[in-house]
Amino acid sequence: MSPELINLIIQATFESLYMVGIAALLGTAFGLPLGVFLATSRKGELFAAPIVNRVLGIVVNAARSTPFIILVVAIIPFTRLVAGTSIGSTAAIVPLTIASAPFIARLVEAAIREVDGGLIETASSFGASPLQIVFKVLIPEALPGLLLALTLAVVSLLGYSAMVGAVGGGGLGDLGIRYGYQRFMPEMMLAVVVVLIALVQLVQSVGDYLARRVNRRLRHH
Amino acid sequence: MNAHQSFAVGQPIAPPEAMAHAAAEPDAMVRFDSISKTYPAYRGKPGVNALQDIDFVIPRGSITGVIGRSGAGKSSLVRLINGLEKPTTGRVIVDGNDISSLAGRELRLAQRSIGMIFQHFNLLSSRTAADNIALPLEIAGWAKVDIKARVTELLALVGIGDKHDRYPSELSGGQKQRVGIARALATRPSVLLSDEATSALDPQTTRAILDLLASINRELGVTIVLITHEMSVVRQLARDVVVLDAGRVVESGHVADIFTRPQHPITQSFLAEVIGDSLPVSLASRIVAEPSAGGQAVIRIQVRGAGAGDTVVARLARELGLDVALLSARIDEIGGQHVGSLVLGIPGREDVHARVLAWLSQYQFPAEHLGYVA
Repeated sequence: MSPELINLIIQATFESLYMVGIAALLGTAFGLPLGVFLATSRKGELFAAPIVNRVLGIVVNAARSTPFIILVVAIIPFTRLVAGTSIGSTAAIVPLTIASAPFIARLVEAAIREVDGGLIETASSFGASPLQIVFKVLIPEALPGLLLALTLAVVSLLGYSAMVGAVGGGGLGDLGIRYGYQRFMPEMMLAVVVVLIALVQLVQSVGDYLARRVNRRLRHH
Repeated sequence: MNAHQSFAVGQPIAPPEAMAHAAAEPDAMVRFDSISKTYPAYRGKPGVNALQDIDFVIPRGSITGVIGRSGAGKSSLVRLINGLEKPTTGRVIVDGNDISSLAGRELRLAQRSIGMIFQHFNLLSSRTAADNIALPLEIAGWAKVDIKARVTELLALVGIGDKHDRYPSELSGGQKQRVGIARALATRPSVLLSDEATSALDPQTTRAILDLLASINRELGVTIVLITHEMSVVRQLARDVVVLDAGRVVESGHVADIFTRPQHPITQSFLAEVIGDSLPVSLASRIVAEPSAGGQAVIRIQVRGAGAGDTVVARLARELGLDVALLSARIDEIGGQHVGSLVLGIPGREDVHARVLAWLSQYQFPAEHLGYVA
């Protein structure tokens, strides 16, 4: 493979990492509080607001059931508004964030719901405020689950990022389609797939390692 | 005692006018004032009257057991004390504060003076023993250096000074509950609520934890409220007891008084758990209704009170000149009082056992004739 092609792969890898990294950060920034709220706002819960909970649940489900490629084109005007353009890696971060935030929110909700309700009662019994319960009890206790959720979200984002090539987003998926498929360069296609597999493996391993490190639940001597 | 009247645990019945000055009474740590608690119907489940007509006082510095079967309303009752639940009607006065009227920040401040321990310990798995104990102090906004000193002191108090950096998963059940107790005491509360705190522990560990609670009550003067379904817990630790059944207080008073003269069937069934009300199987199977030549009549004597029963067999034999066989005996001590039963075999003639029963009733021993054995 020529040095130019290798350079293309390296450049596309960085584009993918850039899109996925920023989208994961933004997706977490929106998805984490949303997930915590979804997990704590049913009737009788810490931030009880059953109607808001219902409405947000419907919005999250709607966002999650829209196929990503349709979401990308459907929100082009919004993308243009936020990013100033609808083409390129930076613009692609907008749909990636919008797709990942509800996904992360559901994963966060599930992880937070795993925390024993007795701990919330315990913290309440010694006078913890709802926010103190979130930051001192729920998030630390759910941390292993939250890290695994984030890992899953990053892996999914890597998959999504391959699709934003359709709107000029760049990245590995774009490279694979344009060179590997349209110019019929199977070695390019193979290289892109290998890099993606390696990235997914790396992300999953790091995520598993971190989740294991913070999990004190099953430690025995 | 009538459940509809106001009464105090181990105290004379409060006259109605005293209720108006409830908060001023220095002796009451917790006062339940005409409490009822109803859970409304929700999602097809019918509403539940969890508590009704609850009126009693928990004296300052006491160890009071609240005993009842599951569903009797014990958990609701204890959660009214620290404001985790609100009464539907009535007031709960804790240390002079009407906790049932507080909300938000005021309630959270009041909750710092009420500690609670739980059946399943409820420790944070992500925090070490020391950091678990530190949690209520962090929440109360203590300075780091003060927290550190207080946590060390508390770990020593509960006897696990060497477990400072251990995570809950590395601790035994008894050690976890010691961490729970230390955490509950961290903010120097005046009341400690125990919600079935020993129900998940083996008997030996239970005894050790109850001893620890007794010494905390003795040395720190903390009022302890024990919710339990286990008679052994009340017997070992409590001085006062409240018996709950179907959301109502059916009996309350000093443990010794309540369990030497149990009135309500529930109280009697709890007592039976300790002293047993059934005969040994081998004896029960031999008892028949008709006397046989040379057989014995079987008499059961209830033993209630300090020193009761010590000499009854010897005196019976001596004063009536009878051969008395001891067939079965079970006597235990509750609140310093002897409680139990003796099953005696006496010569199986009608006139003899009538004489024996008359003699026993003369000395105030409740007794019954069970039948005959060959």
